[in-house]
Amino acid sequence: MSKEIMRLEALKKSYNIGMPNEVEVLHGINLTLSVNDFTALVGPSGSGKSTLLNIMGLLDQPTSGELYLLGQATGSMSEMERTQLRGRALGFVFQFHHLIQAFSALDNVLMPLMLQQGKPDHLARDRARELLSAVGLEKFSDRRPNQLSGGQQQRVAIARALATDPALLLADEPTGNLDSKSAEDVFALFRRIQSEHDCAVLIVTHDPRLSAQCDRTINLVDGQIVE
Amino acid sequence: MKRLWTEWVIAIAFLREGRMQTLMITVGVAVGVAVIVFVSALIQGLQANVIDRTLGTQAHIRLLQPDEQNRLAPVADDVVQFVLEDKRAQRLRSINNWQQIVAALDQRPELTAVSPIVSGPAFVLRGEAVSSVALVGITLERYQQIVPLQDYLISGRLSIAADDVLIGSQLAQDLGVRVGSKIRLDTGQRESRVVNVAGIFELGVRELDARYVYLDLRQAQSMLDLVGGVTVIDLRVADIFTAENIAQSIGRLTQLRSESWIVTNSQLMNALSAQSLSTNMIIVFVGISVAFGIASVLSVSVVQRTREIGILRATGASQSQILRVFLLQGALFGLFGSVVGVAASYALVWVFNTFGPGLFYIPVAQSLIVSAVSLATVTGVIAAAIPARRAAQLDPVEAIRYV
Repeated sequence: MSKEIMRLEALKKSYNIGMPNEVEVLHGINLTLSVNDFTALVGPSGSGKSTLLNIMGLLDQPTSGELYLLGQATGSMSEMERTQLRGRALGFVFQFHHLIQAFSALDNVLMPLMLQQGKPDHLARDRARELLSAVGLEKFSDRRPNQLSGGQQQRVAIARALATDPALLLADEPTGNLDSKSAEDVFALFRRIQSEHDCAVLIVTHDPRLSAQCDRTINLVDGQIVE
Repeated sequence: MKRLWTEWVIAIAFLREGRMQTLMITVGVAVGVAVIVFVSALIQGLQANVIDRTLGTQAHIRLLQPDEQNRLAPVADDVVQFVLEDKRAQRLRSINNWQQIVAALDQRPELTAVSPIVSGPAFVLRGEAVSSVALVGITLERYQQIVPLQDYLISGRLSIAADDVLIGSQLAQDLGVRVGSKIRLDTGQRESRVVNVAGIFELGVRELDARYVYLDLRQAQSMLDLVGGVTVIDLRVADIFTAENIAQSIGRLTQLRSESWIVTNSQLMNALSAQSLSTNMIIVFVGISVAFGIASVLSVSVVQRTREIGILRATGASQSQILRVFLLQGALFGLFGSVVGVAASYALVWVFNTFGPGLFYIPVAQSLIVSAVSLATVTGVIAAAIPARRAAQLDPVEAIRYV
C-alpha cells in the first residue's frame, strides 16, 4: 500500500456564484495521488484542467468538498498556512517557464528556499547547484533566463520546483511550448526526478504521446473524471 | 533581519531591472529633497542672520523698575468718587536691592550674562553744537557679554576708566569730534562734566550710533544723581527662543518689569514666523508631490510585474512578503533620491555661499540632512502602501496568466 500524498473528496468549483451566469466547472472530483504516482491529467480545453490544477496547487479554493494534502485538511486553513504548506509540499512547473527575469538561473532555483528561510546558507546554495546539474545546466547557473533557450528555461523551472523537495510536483503543459526534442528531454527529466526524489508527479497535457508514457491517466471531461 | 533578506534581494533586483523608472523617480525625489533642504537652509541662514543682527546690539531680556502709579486715598463705602487722574511723570529711579538681584541672577544657569546698567538722558555740548544723548553707565566686563563692544569699535580704544567715554560714529560726526577730543556732558541734575572721547563705535543702527554714550557705571550714577543705583539690568540667555518664558519667570520672582527681545521685537517675530510658515508649506507640498510620484511609479510597476508576483506567490511567497518587497522599493526610492538630493543641495548651498550676493552665510545643519533623508524614506514607505497592498492582494491564479 503506497503512501497517500493528496486526496480530493467531492470537490466542486463554481464561478460567478450567486449571479445569473453562475457556472459549475468541477462537479465533485474524487481523486487520490500517492507516492511514486506518475500521472497525466488530460482532457479537452474547457474541461476544467487548469481549475483543478490551481486548486490542487492551493492557489485557488474549491467551492465545496475537501482537499487533503499530506493528511491535512486545507479547507479551513488561513491564507498564511496555505502559503506555507504550498511552499513546503508543492512544486510548480508552468507552461511558460515563468522564471523571474531579474535573477540568474541559480537565484531562480534558490528563490523558494530564500522565501522560506531568508538568506540562503551554503547548504541551500549547494543544493541549488546540485539541482541545476541534475537538469544538466550546471554551466549556465549565472545566466539570466533571457540568455537561455526555452527548453533550458523549462529545466531551470523544474529545478526550482524541486528546491524545497516537494512531495508533489504539479506541471501545467510543461512541454506545450517546446519543440519535440526538448519536450522529450523535459519529459524524461520528470521521469528521472520522480524515481530519484520519491515524489508524485502530475502533468497536465493534451499530448497523447506524453500521456501514453505516464503510469496513470486521468481523463477530465466536463468537470468529471472518466478514468 | 534575516527574514527581510529575501525581500531586500527581490526589491533591489526589481529596482535594478527597472533601471529607467528607478533613475527617473530617483531624480524626481532628489529634486524635491534638494528644494526642501536648500529652502530650509536658506531660511535658517537668513533668520539666524536677522536675529544675530538684531540681538547683536541689544539684551535678550531687560529688567526695569515698574512705572510709578498714583495712590488714591480710600473713600467711604457709600461715596462715589469720580477721579480725573494724570499719569505720574516717571522720574529716574533705581531698582531696589539690585545687588541682591544681580547676585541671584548670576546663579541661574539659563542666563549667560547679567549686566546692571544706569541709563538716563543728557546733552552733549561742544562749542555751539548741542546733541541729546542717552548715557549708559556700565561695568565693561559684564556689559561686554551682552554687547561685544570691542567688535564694534572703529577707532580708539575700549576704555571707560576715569573720564573716558565711548561714543557712536554718528554722534562723533554730528559733533565733529574724533578720538582724544573732549566733550561736555550735561544731565541737568548736577554740574556738567568734561570727558575724553576714548573710542568710537559703530553698532550699525543709526539711532544707537547717534545717541549712545558709554561711560563708567559710577560716573554715570553720580551724574544722574543716582549714586549706588542702577536703572536697568540687561540679561542674555543661552537659548534665545526661551527668552520670553525666562523673562516672565524672572519678572514674577523680582517684581520688576521684565521685557524679552521677543516682545520688544514683535514685528520681527511676526515676520520670522510668517516666513517659517511659508517654508513649511513649501516643504509639505513638495513632500506630497514626491509621495505621489513614488506611488504612481510603483503602481505602474505592480501592473508590469503582475506575472512575476504570481510566480513568486506560487513558489511560496506570502502576501506579507510581497507587501514588504514593494514597501522596501518605496523606501529605497526615498533613500536614494534623498541622498542624491542632499548632495545636490550641498552643491547649491556651496554655490550660493561662494558666488552668491554674500549677504549672509547659509549653514547646512546635520540634523537637517538626517531629518530630510529619514523623512523622505518614511514618505517612500507611506507612498508605497497602496500599490504594495494591491500587489499583495493579487489573485495568484490570475496573476500568473497575466501577460
